Amino acid sequence: MIKSGIERLGRLTSLFILEAGGIVLFSLKTIRQLFSIPVDIRLVIHQMLSIGVRSFPVVFITSIFTGMVLALQTYTGFKRFGAETMVGSVVALSMTRELGPVLTGLIVTGRAGAAIAAEIGTMRVTEQIDALETLATNPLKYLVIPRFLAGLLMLPSLTVLSDIIGINGGYIVSTGIYKMSASLYWRKVWDYLELSDFYNGLIKAAFFGASMALICSYKGFYTEGGAEGVGRATTQAVVLTSMTILVSDYFLSAWLF
Amino acid sequence: MIEIIDLYKSFGRKEVLRGVNLFIEKGESMVIIGGSGSGKSVLLKHIIGLLRPDKGSVFIEGLDITKLNEKNLYKVRKKFGMLFQGAALFDSLKVWENVSFFLMRHRGISEKKAREIAKEKLRLVGLVGVEDLMPSELSGGMRKRVGLARAIAHDPEILLYDEPTTGLDPIMADAINDLIIDLKKKLNVTSVAITHDMHSAYKIGDKIAMLYEGKIIEVGTPEEIKNSSNPIVHQFITGSAKGPIKVEGVTNG
Repeated sequence: MIKSGIERLGRLTSLFILEAGGIVLFSLKTIRQLFSIPVDIRLVIHQMLSIGVRSFPVVFITSIFTGMVLALQTYTGFKRFGAETMVGSVVALSMTRELGPVLTGLIVTGRAGAAIAAEIGTMRVTEQIDALETLATNPLKYLVIPRFLAGLLMLPSLTVLSDIIGINGGYIVSTGIYKMSASLYWRKVWDYLELSDFYNGLIKAAFFGASMALICSYKGFYTEGGAEGVGRATTQAVVLTSMTILVSDYFLSAWLF
Repeated sequence: MIEIIDLYKSFGRKEVLRGVNLFIEKGESMVIIGGSGSGKSVLLKHIIGLLRPDKGSVFIEGLDITKLNEKNLYKVRKKFGMLFQGAALFDSLKVWENVSFFLMRHRGISEKKAREIAKEKLRLVGLVGVEDLMPSELSGGMRKRVGLARAIAHDPEILLYDEPTTGLDPIMADAINDLIIDLKKKLNVTSVAITHDMHSAYKIGDKIAMLYEGKIIEVGTPEEIKNSSNPIVHQFITGSAKGPIKVEGVTNG
């Protein structure tokens, strides 16, 4: 009983280390491709559209409701000790430092990350990746680099929008439902918000975007076992990326702020 | 032209290739036959460097490709064209973009010119008016033809065929056989095909080699293979379940 428990722990640990090592190696190999001859801009733009632009509607809905519920909770909670005027500050700080980047990261993972893993995984099991190789094309350069660059650039861009939308969501609730004056809300937003809150959030977002693209591509790239394998790779990619985002968020926050 | 020397490859504990030796002359059409799971695909993938062996060498025009770094390997691959079993067309690209993929990426030709070449290569494999379709809109036979057009688009010296007739109806399969013979005459290429379809093997092969238990056990012209005295070869080409080859999971009682 104890032995099998220890055995299982050992197996899990070695699996984890193998996986982490695999992802790091894959990332290094991919990043090395960045420095070899021109990157196909059209492929990057295509991925920026699919990862970034097409994620905007979901980011919009998530951010506005997050901003709204933040205002709602803060107002009713802070009212108990007479600090309800602070709503603007709480919403602005929470969105820029934390919720903007993390929620955007998680949503884009669910939407675009799953698609990356499924698409590359399907290409693997249908031998399209081998076909690329036989046509003397490096699949990391052709498939992974555009997704990596798109993730790296689009996540911060979406986060900027998410921050703005979320703070406006808070504004709608504060002024619309709690009849707070508009000038008070905005004054509290600007009083405590610093530029560093904003751009440190973006640094986190860039990290999440790059991790999302690399982990999901990695999972797709090493897919085995037909349609079932693609399904498994996609699930694992989403779970692994989400965990990476949440765990790294803590350490990045401790380091950046 | 192609020389495979003492090639070994295992996946985990499963030894797939156990000392393969094979020589293919320039301009020759070699067909490798063998049962499902005998390692034919694995062998083919070593010839173009998609897999690296545990031991042994693959010489392409005197160059050992198992020792090459990535960059030089890509250079050697430009001599090859490969038709995959499921055609492996890029689903996100139109038919003509699939066919001219290599030319657009490596020869830097214009889109207009690439389209023209694609059209011409498609005509060579008997397809007209499909340039602007997506691969998902094609039938199995058409996909193979497009895959073939893509494989020959850059005028390769060596063509590899992974089960060219598998999954096609007998008439379409024979049409693909004719196409392979036709292309060989027109393009004067060296070709290597793997198959378990004996009809196809006799038709397209100048020579046939049989892979069994990780080794080439016999090489010869189709005539020689037909009259082989080796009981394993005999069982395989006549397609009998009884004989020295054991059917996996089935006991011969």
